[in-house]
Amino acid sequence: MFETLTLATLPDADEALRGQVRDLLALQLADLPADRRARSWQGFDAGFSRALGKAGLLGLTLPRAYGGHDRGPFARFVVVEELLTAGAPVAAHWIADRQSAPLILHYGTEAQRQFHIPRICAGEQLFCIGMSEPGSGSDLASVRTRADRTATGWRVNGQKVWTSNALHSDYMIALVRTSGAATDRQAGLSQLIIDLRAPGVTMRPIVDLTGDAHFAEVFFDNVELSDVALIGIEGEGWKQVGAELAFERSGPERIYSSVVLLDGWARHVQATGRSDCAALIGRLTAELVTLRALSIACTARLAAGESPVVEASIVKDRGTAFEQELPVVVGNDLAAHPDEPVSAELYRTLMYVTHVAPSFSLRGGTREILRGIIARGMGLR
Amino acid sequence: MSGADHFDLLDPFVRMLDAVAGADAVRALEAGGPVNAMWPAIGESGYLDALVAERAGGAGLTLAAIAPLIEAMGARALPLPVADTMVARAVLADAGLVAPAGPIVLVSSLAQPVAGARYADHALVDTGDALVLSPLAALCPQPTGVHGSSAALLTGTAQGPVLARPAAGLRATAAVLRACLIAGAAERVTAMSTCYANERVQFGKPIGRQQAVQQALAVMAQDMVACRIAAHLAAARGLPVPLPSAASAKITTSIAAVRLANSAHAVHGAIGISAAYDLQLLTRRLHEWRLADGSEGYWAGVLGTARLASADTTLDWVRTEVFG
Repeated sequence: MFETLTLATLPDADEALRGQVRDLLALQLADLPADRRARSWQGFDAGFSRALGKAGLLGLTLPRAYGGHDRGPFARFVVVEELLTAGAPVAAHWIADRQSAPLILHYGTEAQRQFHIPRICAGEQLFCIGMSEPGSGSDLASVRTRADRTATGWRVNGQKVWTSNALHSDYMIALVRTSGAATDRQAGLSQLIIDLRAPGVTMRPIVDLTGDAHFAEVFFDNVELSDVALIGIEGEGWKQVGAELAFERSGPERIYSSVVLLDGWARHVQATGRSDCAALIGRLTAELVTLRALSIACTARLAAGESPVVEASIVKDRGTAFEQELPVVVGNDLAAHPDEPVSAELYRTLMYVTHVAPSFSLRGGTREILRGIIARGMGLR
Repeated sequence: MSGADHFDLLDPFVRMLDAVAGADAVRALEAGGPVNAMWPAIGESGYLDALVAERAGGAGLTLAAIAPLIEAMGARALPLPVADTMVARAVLADAGLVAPAGPIVLVSSLAQPVAGARYADHALVDTGDALVLSPLAALCPQPTGVHGSSAALLTGTAQGPVLARPAAGLRATAAVLRACLIAGAAERVTAMSTCYANERVQFGKPIGRQQAVQQALAVMAQDMVACRIAAHLAAARGLPVPLPSAASAKITTSIAAVRLANSAHAVHGAIGISAAYDLQLLTRRLHEWRLADGSEGYWAGVLGTARLASADTTLDWVRTEVFG
């Protein structure tokens, strides 16, 4: 069962990218405190993303003809692993580099590729994903945002919600209904590239429980789009979204969300000189090892040209369970030594990760949805 | 066998195991039947020298290459110390010694029951200072009193040829063998549970259509692939396996062994508990292999202590020390 999810090795040529990433991080992030670095995915810094683009570290999986680097998923794994474990603020380019550009490459017209992909690789065109709606969370096929044909293109009406980084993005790739009704489910859905500066688009930030406002509500009120807004095939949106989510659910991003806290805690324990939590650190280290091996195995499936939907769901579900356990364990250890001083920075890091941790198994597909996908992959149902 | 690719290697081995080590043969051994009902076919297959260097007359294969064979043993709840014997014969050949013909069990401590010792003729004992190839009789093997156990209690002093001890001792390598065995059993109990869930009808439909059952099986699949990749990652380091790699593999597989056994029984209901059904052969072995050569708690202490001794980040440390 799942025989293809097996041990793989990162090629030496891709490993060699680590030094370049570290040099850049040393220049750009030297003074960023741990509780800021713990934000990583949520950390928005357009200048940092442009610097990555300039250094040739974006668009690693994309063809040179479109400004990419033809390096493949293993190279992206190495660079992303370095960025996430350092806690670099990657939110600005994250969606575009991970899933929008591959989607446009795969399903887009030549004109769409030439317009978007080189700018994404430069870190200059930022994307968000328009999937969730007020009535459509895990049940994505129930989306109600509509796009109707006009003489020149599409007219969009409706609303998206929980859209990460919409406020700072240039474009949204939105799943919308282009024919039929909500009862038609997967049929009649399409994907549109929506210019977020188009008249009729309004946005409202949503403040989250950490005080950050990376989410937004996005409203479409008779937004007129030209013909070129359609990405891929009209009515094939559901299939396209499935392929897009495989990019989102695989890769190292699903195991490292709490690793800045893990490293901060390890340094704290080393400074105190105590050894009473050695077994705890050993157990967590072993789990990180196993997850990293699984994540590299999943990357190998991407490198083989597959869309490892089930395998990626396995890595994400197990990975987020690990990410969510870390703040519980660290909080208990620190407060199990109530007379031991804890730095304000480590305390803020701990509490930030503690509070945001529930989102780890929500974003990109909930735990329950992923387990349903895995069960189907096992031949159940 | 030399130079054969993994599939050429695995298929004949699996056919041989299925011929002599089916569930009924395993039950017969557990009930006190003779080791020789199973051993000669395994010994004559030539596989016992898979790890022995070619210059010493073996196949010169790596631990990674034979990991699938050990998983096949695990999937059949094989109680004989065949993987132990393969490693022991390679260690003996490296030291220029001729291996005895029968099963050899790896012994990393005499303090607790030793898995597989009930069926061994010899023991390769790590005394802490050296390795000693001892007739098992010199260690006064006693049954544990546990139903169907492959383990025996050993006491006394190992007597026989003395070999140099590798820096990490025998325990790390033995732990990786247990990890591979657990990975094989994990695959089998997951497959059995999935199959049963699709067949067993309650409330008018297969129980595998119940979301609660699906979610439990999805977690089993995660543990199963985790066991396999953790075991392979350690096996890829080769003999002798370095401590951090062995530790990672044994921690992941030992934790998963218990969860997998529990979930498999939960899915199967009462039938899984019965002696006549094969599941219990595998789940009893999962628990035995989890405790053998250090549980998750032992190896977590070893791994954590090594980790805390380094100023590296977690990523850099695991890349260097575990992934190698």
